[in-house]
Amino acid sequence: MQKLVNIPDLCAKALEMRREIIRMLGEAGSGHPGGSLSCADLLTALYFNVMRHDPENPKWSDRDRLVLSKGHGAPALYAALALCGYFPKKELVTLRQLGSPLQGHPDMRKLPGLEASTGSLGQGLSIGIGIALAQILDKKDYRTYVMISDGECNEGQIWEAAASAAHFKLNHLIGILDYNKYQLDGAVQDILNMEPMAQKWESFGWNVCEIDGHNMVEILEALEWAGKQAGGPSMIIAHTVKGKGVSFMENNNDFHGVAPTKEETARALRELGEK
Amino acid sequence: MAIEKKLGAATRDAYGKALIQLGKTNPDIVVLDADLSKSTKTALFGRQFPDRFFDMGIQEANMVGVAAGLASQGKIPFVSSFACFLICKTHDQLRMSVAFPELNVKVVTSHGGISVGEDGASQQSIEDIALVCTLPGFVVMIPADQYAAEKLVLRSAEWKGPVYIRTGRPKAPIVYSENDSFQIGKGVRLREGTDVTLVANGLQVFEALCAHEALKEKGIRSSVVDLHTIKPLDQTLLLEEAKRTGAFVICEEHQIWGGLGSAVSTALSKEYPVPMEFVAIQDTYAESGKPDELLEKYGLTSPYIVKAAERVLAKKAQLGRV
Repeated sequence: MQKLVNIPDLCAKALEMRREIIRMLGEAGSGHPGGSLSCADLLTALYFNVMRHDPENPKWSDRDRLVLSKGHGAPALYAALALCGYFPKKELVTLRQLGSPLQGHPDMRKLPGLEASTGSLGQGLSIGIGIALAQILDKKDYRTYVMISDGECNEGQIWEAAASAAHFKLNHLIGILDYNKYQLDGAVQDILNMEPMAQKWESFGWNVCEIDGHNMVEILEALEWAGKQAGGPSMIIAHTVKGKGVSFMENNNDFHGVAPTKEETARALRELGEK
Repeated sequence: MAIEKKLGAATRDAYGKALIQLGKTNPDIVVLDADLSKSTKTALFGRQFPDRFFDMGIQEANMVGVAAGLASQGKIPFVSSFACFLICKTHDQLRMSVAFPELNVKVVTSHGGISVGEDGASQQSIEDIALVCTLPGFVVMIPADQYAAEKLVLRSAEWKGPVYIRTGRPKAPIVYSENDSFQIGKGVRLREGTDVTLVANGLQVFEALCAHEALKEKGIRSSVVDLHTIKPLDQTLLLEEAKRTGAFVICEEHQIWGGLGSAVSTALSKEYPVPMEFVAIQDTYAESGKPDELLEKYGLTSPYIVKAAERVLAKKAQLGRV
């Protein structure tokens, strides 16, 4: 797998990932476009630049691990893994079909490259702590990334994990919060306001930075910053736009958990530069 | 003639002892507790192997998730707390983070059943077996005494996949000896009779042995089977017993819905239906009191097993089965 070092190359890869996400969801007829598109740039930076991993050897013991705690963002993760070469790209369109390894939410038993099975919100950060503790016990130096969502921060277990990770001073644990401002029933601030978000994480003992989650330069800088922090875990609060990249999906919560129609798929793909 | 009641260690103490043995022989064993390590006895492991012991504080959900993460990296985590807190609070974490991905996590709780005693209903777990049995792939066990508990904990570490073991708070009457061996999924026939089979686990095994003696006085010959493993169920042994005695009394320190009785009756009604009686907690919460008082009040002691055996024998006679 070729590591992408230039910003334009990474941005082009993120665009390609978005096209794959739309194709998969259009074909599947169900799934979560909004929260998949919002984390596409973050996952591109991680899988094509930052993370140490080998698609030829998914169980390589020194690899960096990523847990997608917001399991409904599975299409974005599947697209990232396929574009890296963990499995053939053509399998992406089998998403959610009977017998497909691409389950509606990640099933680690079925697909190489998945570090956890998720889909019941709030659990991935705890799993990440377990992986980070194993890394210390095994005297390894890999990093564990956990991507959570803003709505997911409603869950009490997230804050159990927040206290726990800080207590164990897990500086190889890096959280990425895909803060797209919406959850299923509406805007996070209306359903269960989690602000002040940054202060919450800081007060739990995390190193916190806030970035534009669609600005590749800021994403790379934040991930580099997080990798250098000592004394505790780091949380990158990435301000994102739900449905990012497709005009009629952006900040339109109707596309939280509804796949695009055939016509919408075609329109979205044109917007995303499909030739 | 009653059998001699010789109290041994509590099954939770046997768990603590077994963990030390595991810690010495297997570097992958790690232990997590939720601020009850002095009660669950994992503190013994913690003192000897501090680097592999994690007191997670009072947060059961996070603890189970952390155990799943450790297991995903090849560790063998044992997670412990009181049965009601760990199992009732974290059913979703056990489902999503452990059972679904089939991770090698061992869940060992203490304070199972109402024999917790004086602390009262909030600390007494009567639903745990039902809850864990619903999780595909989980092994579910309740050992009868210190010897069974120690060996089954050791066995569980060799087993690949999720395991649940319930231990108890009070000293448990000795049923076995140090040289007895145990296998996950294999029941133990402690007495052999032809009239009725008494199936039990945990503290109820000793009660069933007492009932066996009382029934003998009345001229009734009973089998006593320790079904320490509720899942997977020892179908072979159950079928043998059903064919020989044709009547079952199932005894458990658990809510009548969803425990050992449910498991055995489901299995036998398919293969070889026989009349059954159930000695269990009758869809109610218990209260504070001494363990023995509670077991008596909620109908779990040997006289109740004797009465149930007589009822089931009457049913058997009515059905005309020998």
